[in-house]
Amino acid sequence: MIYPITRFDWTLDPFRELHRLHRDMNRLFADYRAPAAEFPALNLWSSADEVVLTAEIPGVDPKDVDVSVVGNIVTLTGERKEDASVPAENYHRRERGAGKFTRSVRLPFEVETDKVQARYEHGLLRVTLPRKESTKPRRIAIHAE
Amino acid sequence: MTTTATEVQARQHEQTRDLPVVNPATDIHELENQIVVVADLPGVRQDQVEITLENRVLTIRARSAMEEPPAHECVYREFGPAEFQRSFTLTEEINRDAITARMKNGVLRLVLPKAAEAQPRRIAVQAEG
Repeated sequence: MIYPITRFDWTLDPFRELHRLHRDMNRLFADYRAPAAEFPALNLWSSADEVVLTAEIPGVDPKDVDVSVVGNIVTLTGERKEDASVPAENYHRRERGAGKFTRSVRLPFEVETDKVQARYEHGLLRVTLPRKESTKPRRIAIHAE
Repeated sequence: MTTTATEVQARQHEQTRDLPVVNPATDIHELENQIVVVADLPGVRQDQVEITLENRVLTIRARSAMEEPPAHECVYREFGPAEFQRSFTLTEEINRDAITARMKNGVLRLVLPKAAEAQPRRIAVQAEG
């Protein structure tokens, strides 16, 4: 990105260059993603009433995944099993890890634990965590006197 | 035995689609009569995988079809829709007609049987005298 120094012209938007810089910076960070240091990689989606958690757990049997919620903490535990029938010396390359995993996320509100839904499809887990009714913000009407 | 040039390749060939190209984590093991390739393709349906074997270069291409929840704001992201791509050069002759590929729980399992001439042959040693 090169920003040429232009002669100041009052007929143009004085903040034009600044807007352009702003737009470029936004574009730069638009598809920024945090590096997945841990397994599984997760995304979090939020709306006023719920948080949706998606996780990449390919090759894990849904029976071996456990989602638990305590207060405002969601914990994902499970195990990815390795193919025990293949002797280690037969591998040419081994990049897919195996073993037990656990990841926890602290949410900004308490969860209605009875209404949590989890779905597993094509190696992706999606957990919907509705916000507890009692913690939702309430609108207070103001009466004029 | 198996080499990968994908990481470089993925950057050299620019994609027309605006999706990041990801190298899927892959395990490869060899048994007496076959080579097995196992690749993590999370979010990929079986009809979105394309496997080609051309001049000993095995290429796996796939697109993840993850739907992102509508009307939600993404607050934290570690992965996204992606184009998976990876290729390997095989040094063994493969029996092309007998290749099988299966998808289960977002994992591709590709079985490449070795061609008859590439399979080990037992040579009987004869005693003399």
